[in-house]
Amino acid sequence: MTSMSKRFALGIFDDEDVLLHAIENVREAGVKIYEVFTPFPIHGIDDALGIERSRLPIAAFFLGMTGLSFALWMQIYMLGFDWPMIIGGKPHIALPAFIPVAFELTVFFTCHGMVITFYTISSLYPRWKTPVLDVRSTDDKFVVAIEMNEKIDLNHLTQLLRANGASEVNEKEMTKF
Amino acid sequence: MQHVSPVREPLVTGGKTYHDVTQDICRQVEAKPNIRWMAALSVALFFLGVFLYSVYRTLWYGIGEWGLNKTVGWAWDITNFVWWVGIGHAGTLISAVLLLFRQKWRTSINRAAEAMTIFAVICAAMFPVLHMGRPWLAYWVFPLQNTFGSLWVNFNSPLLWDVFAISTYFTVSLVFWYTGLVPDFATIRDRAKGPIAKVAYSLLSMGWKGSAKHWSRYETVSLILAGVSTPLVLSVHTIVSMDFATSVVPGWHTTIFPPYFVAGAIFSGFAMVLTLMLITRVVFKLEDYITLEHIALMNKIMMVTGSIVGVAYITEFFIAWYSQVEFEQYAFVNRATGPYWWAYWSMMTCNVITPQLVWIRRVRYSIPLTFILSIIVNIGMWFERFVIIVTSLHRDYLPSSWAMFSPSIIDIGIYVGTMGLFFTLFLLFAKFFPVINMAEVKSVLKYTVDNGPTYTGNHGHHQAHQPATHGVPASAPVNYDKHE
Repeated sequence: MTSMSKRFALGIFDDEDVLLHAIENVREAGVKIYEVFTPFPIHGIDDALGIERSRLPIAAFFLGMTGLSFALWMQIYMLGFDWPMIIGGKPHIALPAFIPVAFELTVFFTCHGMVITFYTISSLYPRWKTPVLDVRSTDDKFVVAIEMNEKIDLNHLTQLLRANGASEVNEKEMTKF
Repeated sequence: MQHVSPVREPLVTGGKTYHDVTQDICRQVEAKPNIRWMAALSVALFFLGVFLYSVYRTLWYGIGEWGLNKTVGWAWDITNFVWWVGIGHAGTLISAVLLLFRQKWRTSINRAAEAMTIFAVICAAMFPVLHMGRPWLAYWVFPLQNTFGSLWVNFNSPLLWDVFAISTYFTVSLVFWYTGLVPDFATIRDRAKGPIAKVAYSLLSMGWKGSAKHWSRYETVSLILAGVSTPLVLSVHTIVSMDFATSVVPGWHTTIFPPYFVAGAIFSGFAMVLTLMLITRVVFKLEDYITLEHIALMNKIMMVTGSIVGVAYITEFFIAWYSQVEFEQYAFVNRATGPYWWAYWSMMTCNVITPQLVWIRRVRYSIPLTFILSIIVNIGMWFERFVIIVTSLHRDYLPSSWAMFSPSIIDIGIYVGTMGLFFTLFLLFAKFFPVINMAEVKSVLKYTVDNGPTYTGNHGHHQAHQPATHGVPASAPVNYDKHE
């Protein structure tokens, strides 16, 4: 056992409704849940786990504003100041004609910025090997992972999870997680 | 907070469990390619060869290889461009607009529809790029410094707006689609047996583990991407229509173009989605996921947008008469009765009359009829673009420059060739990627109580904790927010 390794107790659930109740009861019993792995997003799990609302929409707004300002600056600078040209007798800075590009770049910056932010903060990047606690958690099982330490009694925890509908309780050690 | 209703039809039939969903959809990814797939890919590759040869001829000899002349300077190339871009719109509509409207039935079809969008936009992009004549200078469309050989680009031009619209649309659709694929790649990764598949899908899945926090962010990102993709998809075809509408060519210079083009795009896109889905569901045995209900719903959207297009055709005629502009009136009379009358009436028959058959329930729920309808609509929408572009150009203000257009073999080769390109990409997608979004389908499996997998775990000592979904009437709303 290296110092890096962590021990987890895994409560395996078959049904998301049972899982939601179990999460609440387990947390009420004072057990800290390390993470819950599910094959699909479950409504209400954020409240049950106490996950705060994501602040990504705020980032999206500012990214969009960046795109909009950049697009307007670019068009006004290029056609208005750097190399003014008369096109169809229109003013150099023809704002209505700049709207489409401004809109597109707003969307471009919002989307790509959002996706980059999402992958970065969730540390999702391509890797050769992806260790998981239970391979069934991307198929049909809902896995509640609880990090073990000396204070937690495994038998007691197993009983608690079982009583709340866990179909299995396993123990797993991970060196890098 | 899902309201479970007994009146709703189940979204997935066959009483599937979560594991069944994984099995059914991973099956074709994990199995060896079957003979039908190989045969289809060979045909697609042949047409891809036709495409490459036609492109080679175009690049080597120049666009004189096409049937264009001095009067008709835009013909099949732009027709095909608009046709392909339009087809792409249904994918974004399904994945973004239907997500905002909480239409859960979209979960079975959104993945393939988005793939269709991406491949259709790739095909579309070929035409303007090839029409440039010197595609190796294609980067001149971007605002680059004068030292690159040109002045700044003209931001007043709809053709430049198109550059921004199409590139934004393509890249945004791509990342939206990919982000949706990540959890499903993780599913395949965790099931993979072979060492190559393990590494490949591990790389593709970006280390996704399905933790609750990631799902929460994932849903937020999906919602925001859907929110900005919705106006984006409308803007793309609006801008495409402005390529025509901002010019002073009779037949093009109308304010009705943006909504008319957007409706047409969705119309043709849904026709293409239907064509592809009807084949996919049979080839990959996905009848339980893409049900008759899905087909009927898509047919309805096709009918609505088809009717909007029909109204637009008639409105154009009315406005031409009402405007009292001689040239405008002639453009429309010429469309219906001039040398291209056959194209006009093909368009009218295919796009205005055929979708009205969908009012009949039997047609809506019939697979062979829907398939034929979807092909007819695709043909009709191609003719629509041809009619708008060629009949408006071939006879304009000056009768001395009137001319006719006929496509060269290279024109035909490029068009047919892009279908080869499209189907090559689509077949590769269908083989190596999950064609249905597993995670999203699993999340709607309990849409109706009877249909969902029921919990059969330890019944003994924890009855009190049983959630409300079990053993209660199906009409009872399940509200997770309110439980103790």
